[in-house]
Amino acid sequence: MNRSRRLKLQVFRVVVFVVMGAFFLVPIGAMFEFSTRGVGVGAPRTLVSWTTIATYPDLVAAIVASLELAAITSVAMLFLLLPTMIWVRLRVPRLNRVVESLCLLPLTIPAIVLVVGLLPVYRWMSDNFSNSILTLAFAYVILVLPYTYRALDAGLSAINVKTLSEAARSLGAGWGTVIFRVIAPNMSGAILNACLLSVALVLGEFTFANILSYVNVQVAINQLGQANAGVSIAVSVASLLFAFILLMVLSFVGAARRSLRSKPRASDPRLEAVWGQKA
Amino acid sequence: MNWRYQIRGLGVAVATLLVVAACGSSNNSTASCGASAKSAADCGGMSALVTAAKKEGQLNVIALPPNWADYGQIIAAFQAKYGITVNSAAPDDGSQQEVDAIKTLGTRGPDVIDVGPAVALKNTDLYAPYQVSTWNDIPAAQKEPTGLWYEDYGGDMSIGYDSSKVPTITSINDLLGPNFKGKVALPGNALLSNQAVNSIMAVSLANGGSLDDISKGVDWFHKLKQNGNWVPVIGTTATVKAGATPVLFEWSYNAVTHVTDVPTWKLYLPSGNVVSSYYNQAVSKTAPHPAAARLWEEYLYSNEGQNWFLKGGAIPIRIAAMTSAGTVDKAALAALPATNGTPVSMSDTQSTAASAYLAAHWAAAIG
Amino acid sequence: MTATGNPAIESARRPREGGRRLPLHWVGVAPFLAYAGLFLLLPTGIVVAGAFTGNGGLTLSNFSTLNQQYLIKAFISSIGLSAVSAVVGAALGALFAYAVATGNPRGVLRRIVSSACGVLAQFGGVTLAFAFIATIGGAGFITLWLQSHGIDPYAKGVWLYEVPGLVLVYAYFQIPLMVLVFLPALDGIRPQWREATESLGGSTWHYWRYVAGPLLLPAFLGATLLLFANAFSAYATAAALISQGDPIVPIAIANLLNSEIGIAEPGLAKALALGMIVIVAVVMTLYAVLQQRTARWLR
Repeated sequence: MNRSRRLKLQVFRVVVFVVMGAFFLVPIGAMFEFSTRGVGVGAPRTLVSWTTIATYPDLVAAIVASLELAAITSVAMLFLLLPTMIWVRLRVPRLNRVVESLCLLPLTIPAIVLVVGLLPVYRWMSDNFSNSILTLAFAYVILVLPYTYRALDAGLSAINVKTLSEAARSLGAGWGTVIFRVIAPNMSGAILNACLLSVALVLGEFTFANILSYVNVQVAINQLGQANAGVSIAVSVASLLFAFILLMVLSFVGAARRSLRSKPRASDPRLEAVWGQKA
Repeated sequence: MNWRYQIRGLGVAVATLLVVAACGSSNNSTASCGASAKSAADCGGMSALVTAAKKEGQLNVIALPPNWADYGQIIAAFQAKYGITVNSAAPDDGSQQEVDAIKTLGTRGPDVIDVGPAVALKNTDLYAPYQVSTWNDIPAAQKEPTGLWYEDYGGDMSIGYDSSKVPTITSINDLLGPNFKGKVALPGNALLSNQAVNSIMAVSLANGGSLDDISKGVDWFHKLKQNGNWVPVIGTTATVKAGATPVLFEWSYNAVTHVTDVPTWKLYLPSGNVVSSYYNQAVSKTAPHPAAARLWEEYLYSNEGQNWFLKGGAIPIRIAAMTSAGTVDKAALAALPATNGTPVSMSDTQSTAASAYLAAHWAAAIG
Repeated sequence: MTATGNPAIESARRPREGGRRLPLHWVGVAPFLAYAGLFLLLPTGIVVAGAFTGNGGLTLSNFSTLNQQYLIKAFISSIGLSAVSAVVGAALGALFAYAVATGNPRGVLRRIVSSACGVLAQFGGVTLAFAFIATIGGAGFITLWLQSHGIDPYAKGVWLYEVPGLVLVYAYFQIPLMVLVFLPALDGIRPQWREATESLGGSTWHYWRYVAGPLLLPAFLGATLLLFANAFSAYATAAALISQGDPIVPIAIANLLNSEIGIAEPGLAKALALGMIVIVAVVMTLYAVLQQRTARWLR
């Protein structure tokens, strides 16, 4: 790629990052500023709101429950959605619209209404099976469907599923191998994105847990914040940071697992010295 | 074939869920003093009630914010006194959501509710009758005769304001003036919140309206918006502290709590006819912890509980009886925001009419 | 690349035949359909059934009350807000995603942006509203700074607390969502396409207009649709900012469901929800038509 184009691209990237960075970081800075305010005009900054977070015992239990829910939801979502999408692409393309609409449906109904419909199902479950907070995973898999479908769909569109599967099948692979050892590694970026979306949604979900009267991390944060405005904002910022660090760790884990497999194929364009040549 | 993987995967997930869940919760044992007790006497006396409640060990409450009439302190004191764990769910919920929770959550639902008058009257089929031991101290007009619901605390509508940002308020119509540009807010959505409706009614009373006529209040808010003084954001503790809502209509017991965040926060209490409203207690007919629920009611209506409401800035229902008996907390009584006028409350028909008027005209007035 | 005549490939590729083959095809999607049936269609059905239930039995009265001025206005506001938010979020998000995609795919910057977008895409509600109030609200620090320099952004009224302000606040989670769902599509751009365009004498404009643009369009449209539905059903953020009246449909629904002053009407609320589903179904149909037109030559 020629020099002027590279330069233009770099300028574009710098401008975009600076503008977007400012847009996203300034409100969080405002929240942080608010949470460190003292009482009264001219009072010194204080970290009291932040240290109060540590004194809340139920928060840890809520965090653990949310993490468990995030893991179960991601795994269940992948097992449910990925084979279905691949199957639909390969064998029953007619059902593509159906699956797509079903996956978009949870988003068309506001959560406060969807939960009204789910209440009887949950009542039946809590009376007959279990009233553990982990049953929320059933609802959460539905809630993540719109986002993860789109992420996985973008990933599936970027690779030639038909050719890959035909090649694998012609070499004698069963469907399990096709899905998990041939197609999935080629869309690892999309799968990781889908998992990040799921984890982030579960960690940020409030409405369902609140109405179904379970204490997940956002419900616990809300209760913690009731007593004190500064604490409520401090704990929100803390939960954002926590989720961010968790997702960063997950993305590193995803990368590490990829590199543990057999050495990359030479034809993978991303691994040639082409970064910066995408345009 | 891939469907085997799917079914296997789902089966593993479900099995995992069930195993982990089985290690989790447990159902409550039924106490001997249960859902049919109509008073402590039915249980065999207070100590029997306490024993039965302790055996249940838990209490589910809902929609009790910690700084609303000192509920945070009440819950902590109750837990410390009886050793019963109080599960406080959904502190931001409104009255309608409380009864919805009773209807939909079954054995995980609330044991007791604290609701506004309109919702209390509409849902009597959900309550179990119970008369606390101090039943006779509650004025007859403020309880349901068989014990289905009973008022617990109330307050007057007031206007809280940051005296460092706006001048001292001497009348409600001061708020229409130029010193209040972009500063006046309500504590809830007028179509949703009991507190907001009563705020508008208070304005109406001060401007020639009556308990039957909330239209003057709606017109006043329309003028407020036209003058540019209206802030559509719901006033909360956070917005008060941030300075986004320096003038806020609220029940007096809520307004006093902002002083900890904004030392210059003051109250304006209207004179003349003052809107006041009391909240109502009820025990759920399907309470998962019936003995603990009844013990909670006993606690709220005991001297200790009623004094907690008083310390929170609210007027406890038994204040007349306690003052004459000398059991009232004198310091808290002195600190109570003084009532400047005559308290009046909307009856059920009046509040239905007000809500209907708001549903038809509010959006146009401030939209 | 397919070698015809190889029986294994033929059998993998053979289009669906009638009779015996059909049930096997459906088995692949059965678990998904069963799960969606129980946890999605059943609750939706309960809501829809509630829309047709009145004071005792089936009735259409909820739908006749839908025809009120303020509800129609709420629907129009909702659709307008969602459309603008979707387009703004999609455009800015695509630019942002492109800036990320052109970097090192395994670099730290990419990870940071992906993780941050994952977190922020789900950030909303009261806290997000408060963050914006604290930043550019009536007493926000940016507002105060601008006012001290003589610029008053709210000279004509505080627009942050009205529907236009929502577009700005919604962008806070729409842009990250766009980045997350669109980035995999951008990753699929091959440098060979650029080289091919150049070797045929095309410029940057030709590349985007005739090569990369159409190839990315399906994913872009799908993501925009997602953003539309996301904005359309968002409730908590709007309720914290525009907390009065029924400016948009989710707030109207919440008022009808949760009113503690006695005007709760669950039947009408569910009818409104059904209206929302219908609108998104219409938008989805438009999207499907657009998709078919643009994807014709991709096969």
